[in-house]
Amino acid sequence: MFTEILRGFWTTFKQNFEEPVTVQYPETRRPMAARFKGRHELKRYDNGLEKCIGCALCAAACPADAIFVEASENVDEKRFSPGERYASTYEINMLRCIFCGFCEDACPTEAIVLESNYELAFTNRESSIFTKEMLIVPVPAGGQPTPQRVEAGQYERAIPEMKDPA
Amino acid sequence: MQIDPELQHLIIATVIKATISCLVLITGFAYMTFTERKVAALLQTRLGPNRAGPWGLLQPAADGLKLIFKEELIPAGADKFIFLLAPILTVVPALVILAVVPWGPKISCCVLDLAFGAKPTSIGFRLFENEPLGISDLNVGVLYILSVASIAVYGVVLAGWSSNNKYAMLGGIRSSAQMVSYELTLGLAVVGPILLAGSMSLNDIIAAQKNVWFIVYQPVAAIIFYLAGLAEVNRAPFDMPEAEQELTAGYHTEYSGMKFSLFFMGEYIKMIGLSAIFVTLFFGGWRGPFVEQMPILGLLYFWLKVAASLYFMIWTRSTHPRLRYDRLMALGWKVLLPLALANVMVTAAAMLDATLLGWVLGGLVVLGGLVVVYNVRRLRAKAGSVRRMRA
Repeated sequence: MFTEILRGFWTTFKQNFEEPVTVQYPETRRPMAARFKGRHELKRYDNGLEKCIGCALCAAACPADAIFVEASENVDEKRFSPGERYASTYEINMLRCIFCGFCEDACPTEAIVLESNYELAFTNRESSIFTKEMLIVPVPAGGQPTPQRVEAGQYERAIPEMKDPA
Repeated sequence: MQIDPELQHLIIATVIKATISCLVLITGFAYMTFTERKVAALLQTRLGPNRAGPWGLLQPAADGLKLIFKEELIPAGADKFIFLLAPILTVVPALVILAVVPWGPKISCCVLDLAFGAKPTSIGFRLFENEPLGISDLNVGVLYILSVASIAVYGVVLAGWSSNNKYAMLGGIRSSAQMVSYELTLGLAVVGPILLAGSMSLNDIIAAQKNVWFIVYQPVAAIIFYLAGLAEVNRAPFDMPEAEQELTAGYHTEYSGMKFSLFFMGEYIKMIGLSAIFVTLFFGGWRGPFVEQMPILGLLYFWLKVAASLYFMIWTRSTHPRLRYDRLMALGWKVLLPLALANVMVTAAAMLDATLLGWVLGGLVVLGGLVVVYNVRRLRAKAGSVRRMRA
């Protein structure tokens, strides 16, 4: 009986010399899993046009009714997305969002994606409404910022062509 | 009215030493909470608090501020006077218990005695000379310690009673029953060193450990004293009455803010006091190499030993699971108390006469053998039979 007590003491004492496993957040941030559902992002194509065509399928799919979409028509002088419409108003209410990912599954153009940002604290109810400016990704290298001026006839399809993922 | 200058000196010195002792204990309490969190964390391969101040050293200040700003609730049906009195009754004995423990040998301050040829000179001013580093040298020091420890039980049971909460009441009763039972064992365990030193005064006990520390002569008594002391301060693995997972914090459930921190303070200061007494009785107190030449080293040795004992308490807490309350009481009454009694008998016999020692040891071995045989037969009879609940 006494040997067990002493062995217990030795077990804990050994751990004194092991490296502590504490991660010093916020100086160190550990990467999340590949399919982690964090804050949403509205993606763009490589040429800078937004992928979102304002179809509001995400708002229809959302079980918590957190997304609000208003669409407007694209004109060639001011083109936001390669389709007939674009989302002129896109708001997600983070207090309602349950981070289920149904919007990501419903989107036909893979525009809305849940990324790995989990630092979403806000201090009042008004700042819980994340607008399109907060959610859209910056223009990639080699792209033009939207609204873009394109030649007539380049984007004739109402909905851009989507290929099956390889 | 003319006061005798000796008495004047005594009063001033005692007041100053008592103030320093209280301040050291309260600061020690604050940093003991921090040390416990850090050491327990390191024993669990994690870092403790390291955000408040460099290396987290201002954590106790942050905790203290938080507790001061907390709302002080007094429950509706609580007996107000006793509710406010109970934390005080817990803290004051803890602070007072260290009055008889010497922190070091007699020291003098700020005087350098030189001898140039035949003329001795002294440089410096005599702040104090041959001042004993204990608040008082009571000739019944150990008895004083035991009696003050008994007063602390009042605080616990009154806290449970005055909270108007049945679970707090039960927690208070359990805690006070535990403390009272282990006080008996504590008292018997210290009889060993008292017999060896021939006096109850702690200074005499330290003087008697000049060559060999008493831990060598009384290992069993040391272990019993330490375990009984852990149970006395309600500290793991004997902390069932205040375990957070059961009884929702026991007798101090209803306390918040500064009053709660007074209970906490009582527990940790009792821990420090217990370590100090343990070190004095069994490890030579302030004794160590070169203490005669440089008396100030005695202070350092004393606090180093107390720190080692406190580390051992935190280590025990991190290592061992909690004892269930009925097994805790069984340990105190059925194992430690008889062992302490046996220790007293053997020590007394050994100090008198070798043949007497032989008879005593023989008698104890026979008695112990009978107890073991009885228990083995009882357990063998019970093995295999279904354990039934009492109707």
